[in-house]
Amino acid sequence: MYHQATWDEPLIIEKSQAGKRGHIPTGPSDIERKIAGDLGDAVPNILRRNGLPPLPEVSEPEVIRHYVRLSQENYSPDLGIYPLGSCTMKYNPKSAELAVATHKLEKLHPEQDESTVQGMLAMLYRLDKILAEITGMSRMSLQPAAGAHGEYLGCLIIRSHHRSRGELEKRTEMIVPDSSHGTNPASAAMAGFKVMVVPSNSEGMVDLEELRKLAGPNTAGLMITNPNTLGIFEKNILEIAKIVHGTGGLLYYDGANFNPLLGKVRPGDMGFDIVHLNLHKTFATPHGGGGPGAGPVGVTKELERYLPVPLIGFDGKKYFYDYNVPDTVGKIRAFHGNIGILVRAYAYIISLGAEGLKTVAETAVLNTNYILSRILASGTYDLPFAQARKHEFVLSSKKLYDSTGVRAMDLAKRMLDKGVHAPTTYFPQIVDEALMVEVPETESLADLDQLVEALLGVYREAQTSPELVKDAPHYASVRRIDDVKASHPKTLTLHWNNPSLLENREVSSEETSPQESKSRLASPPSR
Amino acid sequence: MLKTIGISSLDELYSDIPREVRLNRPLKVDGFASEQEVRSNVEQLLKENKSGSDYTSFLGAGIYNHYIPAAVKHIVSRTEFQTSYTPYQAEISQGLLQSLFEFESMIRDLTAVDAVNSSLYDGSTALGEAARMAVRATGKYKVIVPKSLHPDKLSVLRNYTEPVGIKVEAFEYDKETGGPDIEDLQSKLDHETAAVYCEVPSLFGTLDADVVRIPSLCHEKGALSIIGFDPISLGGLKPPGEYGADIVVAEGQSISSEMNFGGPGLGIIGCRGANLLRQIPGRLIGMTTTIDGTDKAFSMVLQTREQHIRRERATSNICTNEALLGIAAAAYLSLLGPKGLHDLFESILVKTRYAIKRLEEIPKASVPRFEAQHYQEFVVTFKRARGITSRINRKLLLAGIHGGKSLVKDFPELGESSLLCVTEINTGEAIDRFSGLMTKLLRGSR
Repeated sequence: MYHQATWDEPLIIEKSQAGKRGHIPTGPSDIERKIAGDLGDAVPNILRRNGLPPLPEVSEPEVIRHYVRLSQENYSPDLGIYPLGSCTMKYNPKSAELAVATHKLEKLHPEQDESTVQGMLAMLYRLDKILAEITGMSRMSLQPAAGAHGEYLGCLIIRSHHRSRGELEKRTEMIVPDSSHGTNPASAAMAGFKVMVVPSNSEGMVDLEELRKLAGPNTAGLMITNPNTLGIFEKNILEIAKIVHGTGGLLYYDGANFNPLLGKVRPGDMGFDIVHLNLHKTFATPHGGGGPGAGPVGVTKELERYLPVPLIGFDGKKYFYDYNVPDTVGKIRAFHGNIGILVRAYAYIISLGAEGLKTVAETAVLNTNYILSRILASGTYDLPFAQARKHEFVLSSKKLYDSTGVRAMDLAKRMLDKGVHAPTTYFPQIVDEALMVEVPETESLADLDQLVEALLGVYREAQTSPELVKDAPHYASVRRIDDVKASHPKTLTLHWNNPSLLENREVSSEETSPQESKSRLASPPSR
Repeated sequence: MLKTIGISSLDELYSDIPREVRLNRPLKVDGFASEQEVRSNVEQLLKENKSGSDYTSFLGAGIYNHYIPAAVKHIVSRTEFQTSYTPYQAEISQGLLQSLFEFESMIRDLTAVDAVNSSLYDGSTALGEAARMAVRATGKYKVIVPKSLHPDKLSVLRNYTEPVGIKVEAFEYDKETGGPDIEDLQSKLDHETAAVYCEVPSLFGTLDADVVRIPSLCHEKGALSIIGFDPISLGGLKPPGEYGADIVVAEGQSISSEMNFGGPGLGIIGCRGANLLRQIPGRLIGMTTTIDGTDKAFSMVLQTREQHIRRERATSNICTNEALLGIAAAAYLSLLGPKGLHDLFESILVKTRYAIKRLEEIPKASVPRFEAQHYQEFVVTFKRARGITSRINRKLLLAGIHGGKSLVKDFPELGESSLLCVTEINTGEAIDRFSGLMTKLLRGSR
């Protein structure tokens, strides 16, 4: 039986005691102080802070215990299976962590002279080549910090392409499938495009007739992930490419779902013009509790001239920053990218090689289909749309909801009691009561069976004891959280000392529980 | 497993994929047999680099070499934090959520704004998002920035604004002091202006008293004030919220991680007031309770601003962010505390003044270029023939020193100039050696 650690850990500000210190920074020497002189005029008076900055006063052991306790209240792929659909939560090999733990990386400044970072540039140059080969593209930019950041760069490149042809004014529409990740329409809108949604057909794939109606002289491009978010491979991808290219639009590949295609299918060979990869998904770099990730973008030969600067070049003897990109979009972030993530991904790729990468894809698809087959054989959840799935699938618990009132969210919360992470819920929005399951290649048969038992177990419990499921979780660090209260204008609390920002109010004893009152009124540090 | 699925080979799992798009050859990607060989390959490559531990460095301009306490590194290497993802299931992610809530609270206290999000990609994209926030909140489409903005930041800002029709204008900096030219700013600041951006310290390291006048100038015209800050400097500098900043942004690498060749960074963004809060991009963590009211709990709040729910109407497309660095920053700020952050600020202030005093002695150069108080960075202008800045930097490299960032290309109006940076890492001895070498090099040069 799984029981998550529960520490009832106070806020670190509540542990604060005047005079305690956790780290003493290096001060200047006496000579430095003497020569620097009196600091009375070192800062304009009007810019001087009154007193000391308000921060917690705690010792190093207290800080360590606080955050280590909190870490124990956090489920992670190092603890068990994490079938969060579309997030590719695979195990992160520890050898990659050693690869980055060196001053030869940590202590590199991005403005250092080229001659002093030849090793770094060599690795980035190689990674560019490797990722281009894996995706079937011509050249990569390693700068984007995340998948959505790569999408935004892709949209900027699409704008540049149409501008160079004098068509930017009329190429105002970006097409996305109704099953697309939320980032696709959000990225397109950020880049000034009008978002046009193409519906899925009865097989869960892009409806070609609808696409033909939408695509036209105003089409800037189409952003799509393949396999799509239902886990279904868009088998008409070449026809889709033909339709979009036929109108003069470009085809953008959202690489969030690339894991099942490694070494099997390349976006470049499917007709894509621009591709991003999520290194934190497909290439096993840790997700960091939400980041950092990395979202390198690859393009065709024709679009290379728009990539951000600098690229990394090699003249046969030395590596150099290549600013010779005639119509570059410029910069999309400061410096060269999330280097720590890029190095980990490089280590991962060379540890697998071509054969290993292909095995990753095949095993992920095998694992996912194994789970799916067992679920379907159980006669519980429904699987809308066609059955052939790649890395993920989306179940519907609509039938269960209709008969018991138990929602997909309740099932997800009850799964947490069984020592597994829950699937992604309520996405894609075209499936009612959706549970989106992705199982990467790193899970053992026992892990997979545990997940099946959890999925089936909660379904059966919903039928026999629905209240147990609606009340879940029971064994996580905390019971079900009040999300309505959390975001309600009257009770929204974004800071440890102040009440709601959206509506000022008096905190009365009647409407506040003792615990809430205690934590909200945590005393500020004494100085 | 194959039997359970009802197939006889792995190939059948891919039978729905048309043959025309399948890759019918192995990828050209070499692999190694063992972990030891992989590690050796990576080490062989990286050992070519001359790091800040091999050489003395005076480089800054956005990424800074500070001492990161061992305890910070220990906390972010906890794989419960490191390997998990966005806390969609809040009940089993309380550790991450509480840590990020604490990060948001600490930055909010340091800057004196109302709310801070749980991270953006880096300082430059934080500026881009801040500009877009200001435009959405005001309905106006002009953003004004100082000409002393780092050119990469300006480029990122243009990429975050131009596609939706936002105009970016630049106002002059004072050629004597390096600070904002308020008169020029006033000539550009009008009722069409959404926001003015300014940073303390400036790119040139100057602490400009005039910056505190900018928020009220903005407010008179119905514009917002965006202030860029350096997190460690707030150990001794006034919080921007106290002089009227509506949005604050920063690069938080210096309080969370090593330089790592410039990435990952930690994009910090915060704002004042409910109107801007509804426009803020990215994850926000709130403190609440369980439904039964028995326990304090944390969860992601106001998610209807975000892409996974609002799609094309979201405030931003950001999903994956830099959360782990936010936890690192929370740990860093807890460890240093009020006294530690203040002392570190003062230490850097002293070292900056010491370096300026030492370098004042070098011939044929103005040190510092600007008549101002400086923090962490300052500009040196060489009164010598063209090309001296890069010639000096090349010679410094031969002596094992990364010199300052050359400003010659990006700020030609400053002539042969270099931006030097000192932090608590630079010892007095290293600064002395540097100034001695500079003296020697400049004496012998044309």
